[in-house]
Amino acid sequence: MSRNRNTSVVGPIDWTIIGIWIFFIVFGWMTIYSAAYDSEHPMPFDFAKEYGKQMMWIGISVVLAIFTLYVEGDFFAKFAWVIYGFFVLLLALVLVIGKEVNGAKAWFGVGSFGIQPSEFSKIGVGLVLAKYIASIGGGQLKNYRSRVFSAVIIGIPAGLILLQPDVGSLLTFVAFVFVMYREGLSGNVLIVGFAAILFGVLSIVSGASTAMIPFYGEQSGVWVLIIVIAVLMLLVLLYTRNFIPPRNRRKMYVLVTVGAIAASSFSYSVSYIVDNILEKHHKERIYVMLSLPVERKDADYNSEMAKITVGMGGFFGKGWLDGPMTQNNYVPEQWTDFIFSAVAEEWGFLGSLILIATYVYLIIRLMLIADRQRSEFSRVYGYCVAFIFFMHFLINIGMVIGLAPIIGIPLPFFSYGGSSLMAFTLLLFIMVRLDSERWSVLK
Amino acid sequence: MDGRRYTLIVIVLIVASIYLIRIFSLQVVSSYWSDRGTALTEKEVVVYPSRGVIYDRNLKVLVTSQTVYDLMVLPKDVLPFDTTRFCEIVNLTKEELKAILKKAVTYPNVKYKPSPVIKQMKPEEYAPIAGELYQFKGFYAQARTLRVYPEKAGALLLGDVGEVTKALMEKYPEYKKGDYIGLSGIEKAYENELRGQRGIKYVFRDNLGVERQVANGTLDVKAIEGTHVVSSIDAELQKYGEKLLQNKRGCVVAIEPKTGEILAMVSSPTFDPNLLLGRARGKNFLALSRDKQKPLFNRATQAQYRPGSIFKIAQSLTAMQMGAITKETRIPCNRALIGCHGSHSMDDLEMAIVHSCNPYFRGVLQRVVEGGRVKGSRNKDAHVGLGLWREQMMKFGFGTNLMTDIPGVKKGMVPSPEYYDRAYGKESWNFSTIYSISIGEGEMLVTPIQMCNLACIVANRGYYYSPHTVKSVGIGGKPRPEFLEKHDVGVRSDYFDVVISAMEKVVGPGGTANGAKLQDIVICGKTGTVQNEPRKDHSVFVCFAPKENPKIALAVYVENCGFGGTWAAPIASLMIEQYLNGEIKNVEREKHILEQNFLNQ
Repeated sequence: MSRNRNTSVVGPIDWTIIGIWIFFIVFGWMTIYSAAYDSEHPMPFDFAKEYGKQMMWIGISVVLAIFTLYVEGDFFAKFAWVIYGFFVLLLALVLVIGKEVNGAKAWFGVGSFGIQPSEFSKIGVGLVLAKYIASIGGGQLKNYRSRVFSAVIIGIPAGLILLQPDVGSLLTFVAFVFVMYREGLSGNVLIVGFAAILFGVLSIVSGASTAMIPFYGEQSGVWVLIIVIAVLMLLVLLYTRNFIPPRNRRKMYVLVTVGAIAASSFSYSVSYIVDNILEKHHKERIYVMLSLPVERKDADYNSEMAKITVGMGGFFGKGWLDGPMTQNNYVPEQWTDFIFSAVAEEWGFLGSLILIATYVYLIIRLMLIADRQRSEFSRVYGYCVAFIFFMHFLINIGMVIGLAPIIGIPLPFFSYGGSSLMAFTLLLFIMVRLDSERWSVLK
Repeated sequence: MDGRRYTLIVIVLIVASIYLIRIFSLQVVSSYWSDRGTALTEKEVVVYPSRGVIYDRNLKVLVTSQTVYDLMVLPKDVLPFDTTRFCEIVNLTKEELKAILKKAVTYPNVKYKPSPVIKQMKPEEYAPIAGELYQFKGFYAQARTLRVYPEKAGALLLGDVGEVTKALMEKYPEYKKGDYIGLSGIEKAYENELRGQRGIKYVFRDNLGVERQVANGTLDVKAIEGTHVVSSIDAELQKYGEKLLQNKRGCVVAIEPKTGEILAMVSSPTFDPNLLLGRARGKNFLALSRDKQKPLFNRATQAQYRPGSIFKIAQSLTAMQMGAITKETRIPCNRALIGCHGSHSMDDLEMAIVHSCNPYFRGVLQRVVEGGRVKGSRNKDAHVGLGLWREQMMKFGFGTNLMTDIPGVKKGMVPSPEYYDRAYGKESWNFSTIYSISIGEGEMLVTPIQMCNLACIVANRGYYYSPHTVKSVGIGGKPRPEFLEKHDVGVRSDYFDVVISAMEKVVGPGGTANGAKLQDIVICGKTGTVQNEPRKDHSVFVCFAPKENPKIALAVYVENCGFGGTWAAPIASLMIEQYLNGEIKNVEREKHILEQNFLNQ
């Protein structure tokens, strides 16, 4: 970088990130245009259609992006708590005066447009978490107090979102767990998390059918799982003692027994929650994802249609505006959460590969950019941005291709919607601005 | 902490890899999902070919097709809808719509079977509705083709078309439910040419089941339109014949002798073929089939009459060819053996034909049958003689279906020796038992088309072409090859001179058909009066004209009205005038015929 550039208002900008952003927005808008295409309204600026409105949101986002690049990085660190507080306030307010859409009070209605504060609240959480971790020293998230404090920072907006209730947005907050791991949280968190997913799936699958248990008659299948866990525990206890030095045996006995009891009670709880606490349509969505039989005939309609639409793409795709499934609206509201199906159908495996590779590149590049920061604040914030994108990528595309349950969250820069486009643009450009200051004085 | 960065990068990469593998398997490895997508979005639509047009010999359209649309409702699929808007677009009042919908679910209609809302909308009526229909679930349009008959003539000759029945589908497996098939007349005979070939069109179907845009079309199979056929019919002559026979039972067959092309084939009473279209078909068909005058019965090809005196033409030719008589042979008019009329006593062949002398032809047949071929037994002699006689008669086309292209032609009857064996016992009959066939009575049965064919044979002096109704398959084409095949009747051509000369005299001064005479055209004909106890006789006339280079041969039958020269001959004469001159000068004759009503006799 020449000294010349450094003297400009905006420091050395990472044009690759901005290039990816432009690519996503153009590709995204084209996909919205195709997914919502209506031969009676072919004009791109037709505000009666989603692509017309999205054009407006893109315009606003561009202004927002340029504006963000001109804001001193210092501002975000200084006002982190204010921004956080502002969005928490909005999240609280939306519960009172929000508009209910699809059973969740998540929107402020302004005319025919809506603003979704939960999309923006992640920026606040990212900034505050970065500021807090920077204050205790990076990588030092090890003591009890700092963990609890971080959990509270994340938990307040997460709790408010749960009250809406918007499970999808809530799940994206898992992004911050990855950040905390990066900053010192024990790796066991990830192992426990993985084990929880494994036993959760096992318990739901086994709980979906019943089994004859001797002396107890017909019981939920989850008991079979618990019995299997118990038997495995006994086998481990009996046959591994010879391989473990005597001084460690006691520890091993405790670990295995506690682990088995934890796994059993977790499995039972998951099964109980799914059967008795979750609402019927949530249970159906989980069942559909796991290919379990569902009572309602068309409960798996969206999932099936999305998979068919993806499958229609083949290697090279059907071509833009030529996807039979997309053009004939088989996937409901395909310009929002299911937009990846349109990409996959019209651009094929090749297009999907490019999209996924670009996403992965963006996420990894953000992590690498974060790690080149001298400022701890910028680094932690960078990880937040990377993993918020990762979580959206993970859940959204997983849902479309049938590997995750149907959870309505947008695919950043692709899904139609002003709130998410503006929020993700802000999220990303704050990082670009912070990165541009990486050579300046250490904060 | 750098190790953790790599752990996170690996997690991201693992997720991305799993997703790519999954997408690859959905899109490339397995065709399960794309097959389902294709099945959902693409629909095969059968494109029915338009049926060929039937023209008359001057390329006037006799039958053509018209597409109409039925608006149908499947009550089980109907969701609550905007009735005001619906009524607006289909132009019904709300009360009418209510009644129609109620009827659609009232016995015998049931809610899971479609019922019509509006039938047979013309394309211009349907077009504005087509775009709106998707809003109304359970309502849809069904295209149908109707045959229309602009000339309103030739109902039985042209035939009709209907949906294939189960029985027909079993017989012809290439037909599917909903296909149309020719059921009678030319429609049936030329079914293979007229029907064309079904096509398949692939259209996109959206999530609501609405067919939207046409898919790229590379897989489409184009429907092949039915071949047009040019019939041999002269529409004007056909219509004129139907007009002349109004209020009469009977028929007229007109054939061009040189080619065997049927110029007109009238069976009366007739009806407007448009009556058997669509909506009214059921009702009208029932009425026609119950009509005592039998309008659905094609008298020209299915009525088997005793030939009467006109048969004497065939008798003369057969006898000469068999050597039983010559044209100089004279036979006394012995009215003790068989009745006769007029004053004559010892005619030669020509005069016997002109006078229609019954004893003469009794004698002729006696010479034919009792030819002394078997000595010693009159009965055995008759057996052999009749067999030879019958062989010759069959060459004239009697007792055969003439191999026409008209479905359902009757063969008539030429009694065989075996027939009499069955009737009277083996060899226990002889000439005196069967002599009534000598004058075309008794067991002899002929169809009018056979009689007309006889007139053709005489006009051609010894040969005929199978009468046919289609002169060209495709415009500018050829008839079916069998109709280009000359049938020789095996009678020496000079034997025809005496017959033709006699037939000319029949229409000449003092002849029985003098009332049929034309100023400028020489008609050769023979009247017949077929006994029909206890009702009045049938009036019959066969003829051809002009004498030199004949252009038209006719057979006219008018039932239960009397003497052949009085009614059938003038009708034939008017037909000839119409065909050869294109206008009628004998207005009085025409008026006289048109005024007659024999329907109740």
